[in-house]
Amino acid sequence: MAPDRGVTVAQYEPVLSANFHKPDGHTLAVYQAGGGYDTLRKTLKEKSPKEIVELVRASNLRGRGGAGFPTGLKWSFLPENHPGPIYLCVNADESEPGTFVNRVQMERDPHQVLEGIILSGYATRAGTAYIYLRYEYPLCFKRLQQAIDEAYAAGYLGKNILGSGYSLDVYIHRGAAAYVCGEETGLIESIEGRRAWPRIKPPFPAVEGLFRKPTVVNNVETLSCVKHIVERGVDWFKSLGTPADPNDPRDPGSYGPKLYGLSGHVSRPGCYEAPLGLTARELIDEFGGGVWGGRKPKAVVPGGLSTGVMSADELDTPLDFSAPMKVDCLGLGTGCAVVLDETYSMVDFLLGSCRFFAHESCGQCTPCREGTHWALQMVRRIKAGHGRLTDLDLLLEIADNIGILPGTTICGLADGAAWPIKNAIRKFRGEFEDYIRRTNAGGWMVTEPVPALEADSGQWTVGSCQ
Amino acid sequence: MPTVIVNGKEIQIPERPRLNCIQAAERAGVEIPHYCYHPGLSVAGNCRMCLVEVGTRDPKTGKITMQPKLVPGCNTPAVEGTVIVTQSEKVRQAQAMVEEGLLLRHPIDCPICDKAGECLLQDYYFQYGQKERRADVKPFTSRRRDLGDVTLFVDRCILCTRCVRFTREISGTKELMVVNRGAHEEIDVVAGHPLRNNLSGNVVDLCPVGALADKDFLYQQRVWYMQSHPGVCTGCSTGCSIWIDENQDRIYRLRPRDNPAVNQWWMCNEGRYGYHHVHDPRRLTRPLRRGTSLPSPDSGEGQGVRASGSPGAATNLRSVPGLPSSAENTVGQANRGTQDTTRWTDVEWSQLVKELPERLREAGRLGVLLSPFLTVEEAYLLATFIRSVDENAVVALGKIPRWGDDERFPQGFTVRAEKCPNRRGVGKVAAYFMQKWISYEDVLSAVAAGEIEGLWVAGGYKTDWIDPAEAEQFHRLRLLVVQDLFPSPLTERATYQLPGAAWAEREGSYVNHADQLQIVPAAVRPPLGVRTEASLYWELLGRKGMFQARKVLDEIAREIIYFSAAIGPVPETGIDLKSNLLAEGGEMQGLTA
Repeated sequence: MAPDRGVTVAQYEPVLSANFHKPDGHTLAVYQAGGGYDTLRKTLKEKSPKEIVELVRASNLRGRGGAGFPTGLKWSFLPENHPGPIYLCVNADESEPGTFVNRVQMERDPHQVLEGIILSGYATRAGTAYIYLRYEYPLCFKRLQQAIDEAYAAGYLGKNILGSGYSLDVYIHRGAAAYVCGEETGLIESIEGRRAWPRIKPPFPAVEGLFRKPTVVNNVETLSCVKHIVERGVDWFKSLGTPADPNDPRDPGSYGPKLYGLSGHVSRPGCYEAPLGLTARELIDEFGGGVWGGRKPKAVVPGGLSTGVMSADELDTPLDFSAPMKVDCLGLGTGCAVVLDETYSMVDFLLGSCRFFAHESCGQCTPCREGTHWALQMVRRIKAGHGRLTDLDLLLEIADNIGILPGTTICGLADGAAWPIKNAIRKFRGEFEDYIRRTNAGGWMVTEPVPALEADSGQWTVGSCQ
Repeated sequence: MPTVIVNGKEIQIPERPRLNCIQAAERAGVEIPHYCYHPGLSVAGNCRMCLVEVGTRDPKTGKITMQPKLVPGCNTPAVEGTVIVTQSEKVRQAQAMVEEGLLLRHPIDCPICDKAGECLLQDYYFQYGQKERRADVKPFTSRRRDLGDVTLFVDRCILCTRCVRFTREISGTKELMVVNRGAHEEIDVVAGHPLRNNLSGNVVDLCPVGALADKDFLYQQRVWYMQSHPGVCTGCSTGCSIWIDENQDRIYRLRPRDNPAVNQWWMCNEGRYGYHHVHDPRRLTRPLRRGTSLPSPDSGEGQGVRASGSPGAATNLRSVPGLPSSAENTVGQANRGTQDTTRWTDVEWSQLVKELPERLREAGRLGVLLSPFLTVEEAYLLATFIRSVDENAVVALGKIPRWGDDERFPQGFTVRAEKCPNRRGVGKVAAYFMQKWISYEDVLSAVAAGEIEGLWVAGGYKTDWIDPAEAEQFHRLRLLVVQDLFPSPLTERATYQLPGAAWAEREGSYVNHADQLQIVPAAVRPPLGVRTEASLYWELLGRKGMFQARKVLDEIAREIIYFSAAIGPVPETGIDLKSNLLAEGGEMQGLTA
């Protein structure tokens, strides 16, 4: 992590990452010295849960986990006067390729996350919060657990927090390294101890979630934002970011600060905070110090692999919740960009992407289970020099037909699998065609189906029959 | 009643129970293809075959707004104004894609697959699939895995998870699970915990493809050679509705027939595999008379004493000690007039019909034990016949086979300890004739006291139901007619042993433990030489024409109050006789156990 305090966008002073560079920033002492938990103390005394929900709703805070669903709206789906229990699940299963901002938050400032959790739990009247933590984050686990222990000791957690009458218990649930556990209902199934097959909706988790009780699932960064909204107010929050499109009544806008991650072929990869709406070019050039070795960028993954890719001429797209869609990307995603330089082959990019999603498909819905696998087989064959031009059309057909957007799967994993295929082939078709022509000189133009069985080649074997 | 519009056609559906789009479309005569959805299981929505376009019609303006996305029909409730479109280009494409996806790694080994012919994957391929295989995915490795009660052809599986949900929700035994992830997923069990429960056979019926195979049925018969007949399982007093699948009078398998009033969609393994006795070579197949001749010469005229010469004869009677071979039987014919009671003589059915009434009359006071395996009609006809010979004859319900305890599953399916199908029905018939309750034990003591001199025991028992000591108690009888499936200590003592027909060979009605009457036709013909009980009684009673269960049931329904609900048409799911229990009034109460 290379801090570069000299470069800010519009003289923006970071809030989410304010403690990231303090020595021992993860301890309660340092956090409190910087005014930590003051907001909590004040809010529990002065504000009712309803007021906080109103505040969050007025701020148009959108979920930072990927889909950008308005948080206040999600909370308002909870049934009124429910006898409980209501659960709060914190989605810390950050497995999107190229994404790491939640890890930085939890490692460097776990108390900020906790304060957000307590405030959100208070707002949603949740009595128990589960932090679903990705298994591959051992330092996060250590520091979060330490922070939770400190918070219990200081009376910020447990029964009757700070004498307010509100009680909250926080538990860390470690995942077992599965991407699909980041899907909210998959996460819920996993906490319940079952196979993380996302549930069919409706019912939505707010009505029937964890242990069949009303449940809110929010991302780590979203909950941290809640803390700052409560502390600094809606006006501050709405002064940052991209305002709502006046021509689209359904656009809630993209307000607030965002932690952007930057990795790939850049000089200074890292986690940087800026108001939403930073363009990809600004992120790369001003924060990341440009593409490494003086090379040119070829493509940028805007926010985690599942959002697809932007080509070099689309880099002025603001990274907010709506702009990436205008260049045919899936959305902002997690806001973690991956830069590919001009020497990188898009065939390799697509192979890696297909491998990831075929490996991580939970296998519940047929289109995703079979589609991701089939796409991988085809891209592997292309990579191995047996590609044909018709394969590209078939890949696009698969990609266009899987996912919740066409309605053919239960969860959004398939959309994430489809977008890199769609974007890579549609935006870099020439490169794919060149590669196929070059590597398969004799067969690139063939249109007959490829035989699945070649009996004399020993390609397939009959397994043991018991 | 809510109105839904299926492919432009308006239909009315009931408010309750709430239907989903698949069920609503079914009422409109439109099939929405599906694999994972099953009305008896929770909705999984994972096969995505039932994708449809759905919209709503505004009740005021009548304007239809369609949802932009496809939705799974199984998880979309059909309510007032729901518009379901199943034949649009978008739906067709989605169905073709799902079908193509499912066939990517499917071995397509239909020629050696038991499911071929009744396989949804096969049917839907022809109806909805792509015509050409476009994938170069290596399809299969031909693995087969023993899961316990059933066997799994791993590659054929389409991961609909019906079987997994069944073991979790219906049997509650939770043996099956999905292992691995994505395209490597398989159905499996935890090592050392195989699929072993009394409902496990149902997962084979649930499997929409040929992945789960029944070890009993595996490679026995192609499904298109078989005919299905509705039947009632006679394994216990639950009386599950079943399909009897037979080819050329041989039963190959039993399957549950869905009946919400009785067994829903399930049946137990005990019943499912409990048909093998029907084709057991040890079955009685010849009517026999003890002795080499009739006791009185005048009635001996025209007696059909002749050897059947069938090769099975020796086997049939193997377990009856001291029985002469058929060759000796022919010799016995020469010694007419000299009685040898250790020997048996073949009797023609036509001769039997002539001599039996007379022999019964000679015996003195009569009794009849009506087996709980008989149909209502058979019990009624036999009791009527015995009463026509001796109007004071004792009519009683035979021995009730019962062992163990009721086995109850979480969702309510129960395998009952009472291992016979018709105690209720036959008991009510007996009660009608007797006006007071006579138990099997009462009959035994009446026999021992000499109060009953001639007894007709109707059997149909599947197993050893009587031991020699118990059979000994019948020794004082002057005449014992035993009509049963298998040789037993009692047939050894019989004056006449008559082969009975097995349950699948008889038509008639059964009343289960909960007073549900079901009437079913015969599924197979009895083996050569065996007459069904009902046709014998019909002839003994001297009635004209052929026995028809439905007509006899009409007669019974008019005669016996308990059965009066059956006077009208009886639907396939049967009819509930409970309401008539009240009508019977006090005097009949307590007459049956």
